[in-house]
Amino acid sequence: MTTTKQKKDILLNIKDLRIEGYSDEKWIEIVHGIDLTLHRGEVLGLIGESGAGKSTIGLAAMGFARDGCRISGGSIEFDGMELTTTPESDLRALRGSRIAYVAQSAAASFNPAHKIIDQHTEAPIQYRISKRLDAQEDAMQLYERLRLPNPTEIGFRYPHQVSGGQLQRAMTAMAMACRPDLIIFDEPTTALDVTTQIEVLAAIRDIVDQFNTAAIYITHDLAVVAQMADTIKVLLKGNEVEEASTVEMLENPKEDYTKSLWAVRSFQRPQKLRPGGDAVPVVSVQNIDAAYGDTKVLEDVSFDIYEGMTVAVVGESGSGKSTTARCITGLLPPTKGQILFKGEALPPSYKNRTKDQLRQAQMIYQMADTALNPKVKISEIIGRPARFYSGLHGAALKNRVDELLDLIELEPSKYYNRYPPELSGGQKQRIGIARALAAEPTFIICDEVTSALDQLVAEGILRLLDRLQKELNLAYMFITHDLATVRSIADEVVVMQRGKVVEQGPKEEMFQPPHHAYTDLLLSSVPEMDPNWLTTLLEERGVDNVGEAADV
Amino acid sequence: MGDILRLVARRLGLGVVTLFVVSILIFFAVELLPGDIAEAVLGQSATQETVAAMREQLGLDRPAPVRYVEWLSGAVQGDFGVSLVSGERVSAAIGPRFRNTLFLAAYAAVIAVPLAIILGIIVALLRNTVFDRVANVLTLTSISSPEFFLGYILILYLSVKTSMFPAIASLSHGMSFGDLLYRSFLPALTLVLVVTAHMMRMTRAAIINLLASPYIEMARLKGVPPWKVIVRHALPNAWAPIINVVALNLAYLITGVVLVEVVFVYPGVGQLLVDAVSKRDFPVVQACCLIFAATFILLNLAADVGSILTNPRLRHPK
Repeated sequence: MTTTKQKKDILLNIKDLRIEGYSDEKWIEIVHGIDLTLHRGEVLGLIGESGAGKSTIGLAAMGFARDGCRISGGSIEFDGMELTTTPESDLRALRGSRIAYVAQSAAASFNPAHKIIDQHTEAPIQYRISKRLDAQEDAMQLYERLRLPNPTEIGFRYPHQVSGGQLQRAMTAMAMACRPDLIIFDEPTTALDVTTQIEVLAAIRDIVDQFNTAAIYITHDLAVVAQMADTIKVLLKGNEVEEASTVEMLENPKEDYTKSLWAVRSFQRPQKLRPGGDAVPVVSVQNIDAAYGDTKVLEDVSFDIYEGMTVAVVGESGSGKSTTARCITGLLPPTKGQILFKGEALPPSYKNRTKDQLRQAQMIYQMADTALNPKVKISEIIGRPARFYSGLHGAALKNRVDELLDLIELEPSKYYNRYPPELSGGQKQRIGIARALAAEPTFIICDEVTSALDQLVAEGILRLLDRLQKELNLAYMFITHDLATVRSIADEVVVMQRGKVVEQGPKEEMFQPPHHAYTDLLLSSVPEMDPNWLTTLLEERGVDNVGEAADV
Repeated sequence: MGDILRLVARRLGLGVVTLFVVSILIFFAVELLPGDIAEAVLGQSATQETVAAMREQLGLDRPAPVRYVEWLSGAVQGDFGVSLVSGERVSAAIGPRFRNTLFLAAYAAVIAVPLAIILGIIVALLRNTVFDRVANVLTLTSISSPEFFLGYILILYLSVKTSMFPAIASLSHGMSFGDLLYRSFLPALTLVLVVTAHMMRMTRAAIINLLASPYIEMARLKGVPPWKVIVRHALPNAWAPIINVVALNLAYLITGVVLVEVVFVYPGVGQLLVDAVSKRDFPVVQACCLIFAATFILLNLAADVGSILTNPRLRHPK
C-alpha cells in the first residue's frame, strides 16, 4: 500500500467490513470486521461452513446486500472507488460490467422465461459495450472457449432445455460478457455431480487465466478451492480464522479450526465382510425393472444387503439410486423382478404389505428441512411411528421417545416439546434418524442424508449411524454421490449408471483398480487436496475429453 | 404444440360435462320452486279450467325428465322455448340483451385490465412507498363500496352536478359507436372501479412473490435497472396467477352486473333476468342461467390455457 506500484495492483481492498442481518425485529451483526485484499488477476478462495458469511461477503464486494441485510461498517474500495458511499445508480453501473457474479444454482439463476443468449447479451447491450449481433457473436465464442456443445446453437435454447453442468458454464460465460475485472463465484459447482464438476472447474480456471480476471471463489469444499485459488481465507461465523497461500494453507494450517476441517475426511471404520455359511440377506433386490409412466428408469438391478452391513449405492443424479429405494419401500412397484425380505418375497406395492413388513424398512431423507413437519412437536414426530407400529400409549410412549432421543444424543427434557424450525440442520437430521428408529426396523435406507450438511456436522451424523448400527445390528442402504462418505462407512459398494448396476463388490476391492470404466471416471473425478490434482488429471484425460465426460 | 391442443380439447370436454350437470341443476331447481307454474303465471283470478289448459299448453302434465330432455335438446340448438309472459321466443328476447351485456363488459374490461396490470406493476416497483399505500387504499375503497352506491355517487358528480355524462344509459338501434360509448360510460366506469382493485393487487402480489427468486437477484447483480427487473424478469413468470384473476373478473363483468344495470337502466341480460324471476317467466330464467354458466366455464378454460401458454417449459419442451 505504501508504494505506488502496489497501489496500482490492488483491485479490491476491504477493511473492517461489518454486515448486519435483520431478525426477530432487531439488527444482529453477522460479519464481524473482515479485511480482504485482492490484486488484479488473483484468485482468492473463501471457505467455511454455512453461516460463516462467505456469500454475504462476496456480495458485499459488489456493494450489494440482500434484503434483510445491510453493510453497517468498514470500507470496500474497488479500484479506487469507495463502494459503501457510492450512490445506488453508480453501483448498478459497476455490476455486470466490472464486477460479475456466478451463482450456486445456474438452473435457478437463469430466468426460465428467456433464452440463454438473451440473458447473456442483456448487460453488454445495456452498457452499450456492443451491439446485439456483436454481443451474440461474442457469446458464441465464449461458449466455444468453455467447451459447450454446439456453441452457435445452445444459446438459443431456454434454460430448462440445457443440463445443469452446461448451464453453469453458460453462466460463467455470461459473467464474462463485459470482460469484468472481478468475478464472484458463489459455490458454482456445489449442486453438480463430481463428473460434471470437473469440466466446470476446468472451464472456470481456463477463462479466468485467459482474461487475467481476478476472482473470489466461495465454497465449503477444500479440495475444490485448492484447485482454483492462489490464496485461501478461512471463515467461521463471520470472523476470519486465517489466511495464507494455498500451498501454505494445505501443508501447514495454523489454527485448530482449519486443522479440524482438514481432518474431517479421516473418519473411517473397518470394512465388515458378509456373514458366512447360509446366512440369508436382510434385503435382496432381484432383477428389478421399473418405469415412470412409459420411461424406463431401472433395468435388471440386483444386489443383496446382509444384517449389520452398510451397502453404499453410488452414481450421478439420474442414475436410479433413489428409484431403487422407492422400489424397495414399495412406493414404486417394479415392473419386473422381486424384492426378498429375509428370504420372503414382499408384495410389490406398500399398500399390500403388512404392518410388520412395513416397519422393517424405514427411510431417512436428504432434506431434513422438508422431511419434518414444521408445525408438529418433536415428541409427536418421533412418537407417531412408535404408537402406530408398537401400539405404545401414555407413559410407555413417553419413555420410548425419551429413549430414542437419548439414542440420537439429544437431551430428552430439552427437545421433547420443541418444533423442527428451532433446531439446526444436524439436529433435524438426528430427529429424522430417531423417527426411523422408532419403528424398530432391521433395515434403513439413508438417502443422501449428509449431503445437505456441513462437513463437521455430517461427520457427527456418520458416527451416530455407525454407533447405532453396532448397537442395534441394523442394515443400511446408503445412497450417496459423495465418494468420501462411501470410503468412510461402506462395507460394500454398488455403482449405478443410467438405471443399471455397472459394478458391485466389497469396498476395498472397489477402490482398487482395475475398475469398470464408469467407476474409474467417478473415482478419479473426486477432487483431492493436492493443488495440482486438476492439472494432472486434465493432462491425463486430455482437455478435449473433459467436455465429453460431462455428457455421459 | 400437439400436447397443448390435446389439453385444450380435454378441458373443453370437461367444460361440456360441467355445463351438462349445471343444466340439470338449473332445470330441476326451477321444478322444485313451490307452487304451480301455471297458477303463478295466470295469477289468483284464474279458474280451474284455464289453469288446466295452461298446464296442457306448457306440457306440465308430462313427467319432468321428459320435459328436461326436450328442453335440453332445444337449448343445444339455440331454442330455449317461448316466454310465458310475452309469448315471444326466448332466444329473440335474450339475443340483443346479451349483446348489450357483452358490449358493456368488453367496454369495462378494455379499460380495467390494462389499467389494473399497469398499476400493479407500478405499485410493485414502488412497493411500500406512499404511492403504493394510496393506490391500495383507493382501490380497496372502491371494491368495498357496493356498486349501486358507487353508481349513484358517479351519477351525482358526473351527471347531476356537472352534466358530463347521461345518468340513464338508454340505447337504441342505429346509434353510432361513439354515441354508444358515451351513453354507457358511467356504468362502464362503475364496473371498472369495482374490478380493478382485485386484479391490481394480484398483479402486485404475483410480482413481489417472485422478487426473492435467484434469477431476480442475478438480474440485479447484472446491473439491470429496477423497472426492467420487474417488467422483463418478474412479469413473464407471474402471468399464470394474473390471468386467472383477470378471467374471474371478466366472468363477473358478464354475470354480476345486475345492480349496475338496474341503477343505470341499462338494457342487459341482468335486468331481463330480474324481470323474468319476478314474473315467473321460467324459460327465460333457465336460459339466462345456462348462458351465465357457459360464460364462467369458457373464461376459466381460457385462463387455464393462458397460464399454460405463458409457461416456457410447456411451450418449448425439451
